[in-house]
Amino acid sequence: MTTATAQVASDFIEQVIANTPSECHLEMCIQCGTCGASCPSAEAMDHTPRQLFAMIRAGFKEQVLASNTPWYCAACYYCMIRCPQDVHVTDIMYTLKRMSEETGLHRDSVAPDFSKAFTRWVFSSGRAFELGLMAEHRLRHNPLGSIQLSDMALGLVRKGRMDLTPPRIKDLEGFKRIIAKARELEAANEV
Amino acid sequence: MKYSYFPGCSLEKSALSYEQSTRIVAQELGVEFVEVEDWNCCSATECISLNLGVAYAVIARDLALAEKQGLHDLVCPCSACYLNLSKADRYLQETPKLAERTNQALAEGGLSYKPGSIRVRHLVDIFVNDVGLPAIAAKVIRPLSGLKIASYYGCLLGRPGFHGQIDDPENPILLDEMVRATGGEPVNFPLKAHCCGGHMTQLNEATGYAMILRLLKNAVDNGADVISTPCPMCQMNLDAFQGPVNRYFKTNYHIPILYFTQLIGLAFGMNPKALGIGSELVDARGALSKIGTAPPATEDTQKKAPPPRRRDDKSLPMPQPLPKKIPVRRAA
Repeated sequence: MTTATAQVASDFIEQVIANTPSECHLEMCIQCGTCGASCPSAEAMDHTPRQLFAMIRAGFKEQVLASNTPWYCAACYYCMIRCPQDVHVTDIMYTLKRMSEETGLHRDSVAPDFSKAFTRWVFSSGRAFELGLMAEHRLRHNPLGSIQLSDMALGLVRKGRMDLTPPRIKDLEGFKRIIAKARELEAANEV
Repeated sequence: MKYSYFPGCSLEKSALSYEQSTRIVAQELGVEFVEVEDWNCCSATECISLNLGVAYAVIARDLALAEKQGLHDLVCPCSACYLNLSKADRYLQETPKLAERTNQALAEGGLSYKPGSIRVRHLVDIFVNDVGLPAIAAKVIRPLSGLKIASYYGCLLGRPGFHGQIDDPENPILLDEMVRATGGEPVNFPLKAHCCGGHMTQLNEATGYAMILRLLKNAVDNGADVISTPCPMCQMNLDAFQGPVNRYFKTNYHIPILYFTQLIGLAFGMNPKALGIGSELVDARGALSKIGTAPPATEDTQKKAPPPRRRDDKSLPMPQPLPKKIPVRRAA
């Protein structure tokens, strides 16, 4: 049996806090489990948010960043309004997604790939492009499912609810310069 | 009443009917919108999952463009845009280092944003608190009597309230009050503020579809003819995915999903086509034909309290019901 604590990053909790905007109060967690009990997608998660927070405190960086839990967060904010300690659970999940993407520790790439495909379309035109996104994502990860969903997509096209070409903003160049600069600053800094 | 207006990507196309109905209903109510010039996608929940600084720069460009228009209140009909814009502004106020970096990025596009200078508001907030339910009720010429409406609030209209909570985050009532003002019959819908799953259908069908099924079942079990929503993502999930959900679980739900603005427009006697009715994938005609089949609710029937429940003196004390009117709380 391999030990689960091969490497302990004792400053992991500080890293998570430092990469989360505002005061996220992660260190205030009292392990009550209200977050997991309020979560609509907890069933599909490897760990409940409460378990994940205990693992963060214990410095289990690799296990936390490999967990599918943050990627299954639907960002419904139920946990966040119910937390008796005002832990910003949703924001911490976003931070963990970013750290797991940065380190490449996630085991399943479906969710990160979806986020990447979505943002790629936004960065290239300034607007979301649903048809391109769905085609790109589903053909890559679920080709059989795309055939099953083609009648839905056709229905949306027929009702005039799906653009066939990506929409564009006017000042696309300025928009791209802003993104490039933000990316450059991000690489050099924490929050 | 004049506001900056941020439609968001969905309202451009997949939720065009929300845009159409919002525009004509707002005009009827004397609400004027000035669309943010050359706005970009707020990047929903996706960019923030990959890169914090880029996500805030993308959202702050919209805030900066809105600030340039010189109107303090920015209206979002889309709950996801409302969440993103209000959240970015709030966290930029609370995280000066992030605000500084965001402004450095914005400068590359000739823009800047002073956190706190825009107040982001949801369309529902405008209709209920600025226009007011009496003003809406006064415009009703074709009450929605006989139509049982489940108001589906979704997550982000009431949670967590980065620019102040407009309604109770767990038991919201504003849309039900709007249904009452338009003569419709609000139905009890316990899951009204639960999550539709957002992009979950694209990540894992079993999880995403189960989240949608729960909501459809809960509304239908409570006798709803139609579900009304103020969120394009909720509408897309419950309407366009209703077929795939039925196929997946071998169920047979057929409940139309409309925007609350479309129902208000119908009550105002507006042309259904002009309100974008007909663009939903689950046909609403059957449900809408019920309008007018029941006698319109009068003042007496509307205000009639439910019969008092018999109390057993020996039972344990029960939690008190929430107050009917929830006080509006705003962030300072």
